[in-house]
Amino acid sequence: MSTYAQKKGFGATLWDYLTTVDHKKIAILYLIAGGFFFVIGGLEAVFIRIQLAVPNNDFVSAGLFNEIITMHGTTMIFLAAMPLVFAFMNAIMPLQIGARDVAFPFVNALGFWLFFFGGVFLNLSWFFDGAPDAGWTSYASLAMASKGHGVDFYVLGLQISGLGTLIGGINFLVTIINMRAPGMTYMRMPLFTWSTFVTSALILFAFPPLTVGLVLMMFDRMFGSNFFETSMGGNTVIWEHLFWIFGHPEVYILILPAFGIFSEIFAMFSRKRLFGYSSMVFATVLIGFLGFMVWAHHMFTTGLGPVANAIFAVATMAIGVPTGIKIFNWLLTMWGGSVKFTTPMHYAVAFIPSFVAGGVTGVMLASAAADYQYHDTYFVVAHFHYVIVGGVVFALLAGTHLYWPKMFGTMLNETLGKITFWLFFIGFHMTFFIQHFLGLWGMPRRVFTYLPGQGFETSNLISSLGAVFMSLAVIVLLYNIIATSVKNVRVGNDPWGDGRTLEWALPSPPPFYNFKQLPLVRGLDAYWLEKMEGKKGMTPAEPVGDIHMPNASFLPFVIAFGLFVAAFGALYHMDDKAWSVPVIIIGLLITFGAMFLRSVKDDHGFHIHKEELMEDDKDKGVKA
Amino acid sequence: MHAEEKLTYETWPAEPEKSTLEAKNKFLGFWFFLGGETVLFASLFATYLALKDKVPDSSHTLAKDLYDLPLTFVATMLLLTSSLTSVYAMYHMKNFNAKKMNIWLVLTLLLGLGFLGLEIYEFSHYVHEYHHTFTSSAFGSAFYTLVGFHGAHVAFGLLWITTLIVRNAKRGLDLYNAPKFYVASLYWHFIDVVWVFIFTVVYLMGMVG
Repeated sequence: MSTYAQKKGFGATLWDYLTTVDHKKIAILYLIAGGFFFVIGGLEAVFIRIQLAVPNNDFVSAGLFNEIITMHGTTMIFLAAMPLVFAFMNAIMPLQIGARDVAFPFVNALGFWLFFFGGVFLNLSWFFDGAPDAGWTSYASLAMASKGHGVDFYVLGLQISGLGTLIGGINFLVTIINMRAPGMTYMRMPLFTWSTFVTSALILFAFPPLTVGLVLMMFDRMFGSNFFETSMGGNTVIWEHLFWIFGHPEVYILILPAFGIFSEIFAMFSRKRLFGYSSMVFATVLIGFLGFMVWAHHMFTTGLGPVANAIFAVATMAIGVPTGIKIFNWLLTMWGGSVKFTTPMHYAVAFIPSFVAGGVTGVMLASAAADYQYHDTYFVVAHFHYVIVGGVVFALLAGTHLYWPKMFGTMLNETLGKITFWLFFIGFHMTFFIQHFLGLWGMPRRVFTYLPGQGFETSNLISSLGAVFMSLAVIVLLYNIIATSVKNVRVGNDPWGDGRTLEWALPSPPPFYNFKQLPLVRGLDAYWLEKMEGKKGMTPAEPVGDIHMPNASFLPFVIAFGLFVAAFGALYHMDDKAWSVPVIIIGLLITFGAMFLRSVKDDHGFHIHKEELMEDDKDKGVKA
Repeated sequence: MHAEEKLTYETWPAEPEKSTLEAKNKFLGFWFFLGGETVLFASLFATYLALKDKVPDSSHTLAKDLYDLPLTFVATMLLLTSSLTSVYAMYHMKNFNAKKMNIWLVLTLLLGLGFLGLEIYEFSHYVHEYHHTFTSSAFGSAFYTLVGFHGAHVAFGLLWITTLIVRNAKRGLDLYNAPKFYVASLYWHFIDVVWVFIFTVVYLMGMVG
């Protein structure tokens, strides 16, 4: 089994990635696919800003504009931010808890392929009579009236990729509960692992309502039911509830891992233990819990009545408390620390004021009475971009620089990294800060153009210029990635020199079995503890022995592909095409057939024997 | 303990569904899956309650005149009994008695099949006698979606348990397939519990208007 160290041709590498169940390779797949969709979503954002740069612009038509904003939001949330978050969770979390893989490696691969085919399906809408155009929230009153197949692509694509996310969440939960290394108690888990844990729980309880909402909309649009058809007794507010019961926890699904990444960065580059670790854990769990209590603040103007609005307003404001706890803990982590301004640290430091600005407008929006004024204006657009870009995207960019060496074994260039940071930071504030005022001055969101002489011209132009800076930042980042990959200077275990947690005790990238011997964890920041006592690495908790590993499999790809095929059949079912039902059946047969195979064919995995592990060490010239 | 090990009645562990790491993971992961399923059905229940008796005009039959309580009562009894038989099956699984486990599982399947048959008859009865269909009103859509989702879960469970019985008919029990039987029985209990709620919320509460 020492073949894994050999060089392979392109075909073999491709097949390796198509069949892999290794969490580190799946992380790379998530990173590539998520990065790809991030660029697509970014291009859509650029088109939006070009169209809005000057009044009465006709760069795109009104209909196309609706498609672009819908796809921008949907792509960024479901196909860029979530997969990128999943990339870091997959790459880092199992290493941080001292596990050799996730609990369900097969399910992990299946989760990725479901997301991937769902995302591809959704984006194929551009080539088949039009993309979805009812907004990323796809409110039923708009979606049911949407002509063409755009909304059907949305419904089916998100359904498939949502399944992938759901099983991914279950997988991480079980991994963290069952597979921690000896000594890794809950209160010794790094904050990123904690946030992965809470996020996974949110995914588990938030995605089923979305699934149901999408099923109802699919039934309505494709199979003639009447959930949202008011003339038949239906009710479109059901969609709003289901969507936001999912949708609000969803924003915490995105931001909690971002908090986790920043917690790691602050501690690492302040070279200090994270301030208030227990209160950080407590705040994370509390935010996760409160995240389910606030969905109707998106619906203040729907007409739920003053009692409901008041309850949801208060619940929403309550979330500011645990979030505030976190902000102060980060500040106090830096306080008195020996701060090193690396690229990730730049993002972390910039994140605090940016995110706090988004939080403050969040509390403003939470006041139900005032919300009637802000609702559906650019103020809301500015608010959620401050939390999502200033929080999540900053964290993803920081995480990319921070974990690149651990995932690929080479460091991204720091100078280019800082250039990326400054371009992005300036561009971000330039684009979105002014939008607060545009909103307060009365510019509605989602309009495809505006008239001259209303006082919107200069501000919109500034906003569009900001987008140029952000685009440049992404180009520099891509250049950085290519340049460092070509140079490919290999780095050791702890390339930042300040690693605190278990992943930095492993080679970069780690061997496919991660830990030859499971490490003994003696406290929070396990690796830092050992370093402070003058040790080179972790103390093993077990003798060298056989390691049980899962087999690679092509079935996850096939299962996901079957649903992709079936979705095409369902999509054209509403046109009464004769071939639609056979296509649905063929697709489901592929999926269920592959599941059946998985069920009846025993998969015991394989063992790497003790002798091979020893051999492996000799090859690399490392002492056992 | 390895999953492939050949075991005897004496060496068979007390909790075969949790005696390897893979089994522990499967056991816990399946509980989480059922947690997600609970939220899924909760959303469907909420939708049903919001759309109950919501019909376009007075020519449509409403819940209290529609439901056939004696029939659903029989169906309920079949499903509840099938949960009991699956408990016996797991009892024999824990005692390393594959043959008796299979007998009880087959009984479970027959009861489940009877339930499904009654449900299909019930649906066709509503469609033909009352013109209460999936597309006739929002009430119809919500009813068939909630109850139909449950029915689809029953059908999937039947196929799943059948597959397990056939696949493992010759080789008996080991620590690789014991957790599979165990989670299948967990699933079966879950759809039974969901049915208890459907019987209460849809049928019994439907009767009182």
